Amino acid sequence: MQAKRRAVLKFSSGLGALAALTTAGLLRVGEVFAQPWNKSGFESKAVDEAMKSLGALNAIESRDIIITAPDIAENGAVVPIAVASKLANTQSISIIAEKNPFPLAATFNITSGDAYVSTRVKLGQTSNVRAVVKADNKYYVAVKEVKVTVGGCG
Amino acid sequence: MADPMRLRATLQGDTADVRILIAHPMETGQRRDGSGKIVPLHFIQSIVVTHNGKVVMDGQFSQAVARNPFLGLRVKGAKVGDKIVASWVDNTGDKRTDEVAVTAN
Repeated sequence: MQAKRRAVLKFSSGLGALAALTTAGLLRVGEVFAQPWNKSGFESKAVDEAMKSLGALNAIESRDIIITAPDIAENGAVVPIAVASKLANTQSISIIAEKNPFPLAATFNITSGDAYVSTRVKLGQTSNVRAVVKADNKYYVAVKEVKVTVGGCG
Repeated sequence: MADPMRLRATLQGDTADVRILIAHPMETGQRRDGSGKIVPLHFIQSIVVTHNGKVVMDGQFSQAVARNPFLGLRVKGAKVGDKIVASWVDNTGDKRTDEVAVTAN
């Protein structure tokens, strides 16, 4: 009897702690996610707002960022884009499609030792694609135009 | 439960070339279905990749990432047999974690 009572107490206090953690936002789905999702950035409709959300309004143009993307993308729904940075201490790479309804497409915080990422994005129409790189706590940017034959946002 | 990811990690020198293919609709919230109704937003928000337990990439997506997202990255200092784990969470709270061992090229 006594033992059972202990067990119940232990169980319920454990639950309580878990609930407290969840409400405090400490224990979110997939505990490992270090950075909160950049809601303001991903929901901004203007390029400048998206840049601001990254803290990259005054980004310096750099030749050390290499964007690999097609000059002409026939299908805007699947546009392969790869970004490599030769800047020392690259911390993050963001991809911005200037003419998309929501320009900021993705941000990658990189700690793998190799500042390279490739992915596929949707482009609504012919647009400049910006790669914003944070390196040594400074921001750098590179731009490449991708012509789109059939848009991928509908 | 979401479909499994397709993961591949091949060693090139001391760097593992990691390729991740996720099965996910990535709905933009702007597309209409056959009956003219808007298909609600449904997209992956976060993806985290770890190498032997250490985070090597913490990515955030918007709905502008293409359907069935592909993610490629390179992990320095990898060895054959090292464990690469990828896990994602979407805006509806759905999630999936898969792992792969680094193989020789």
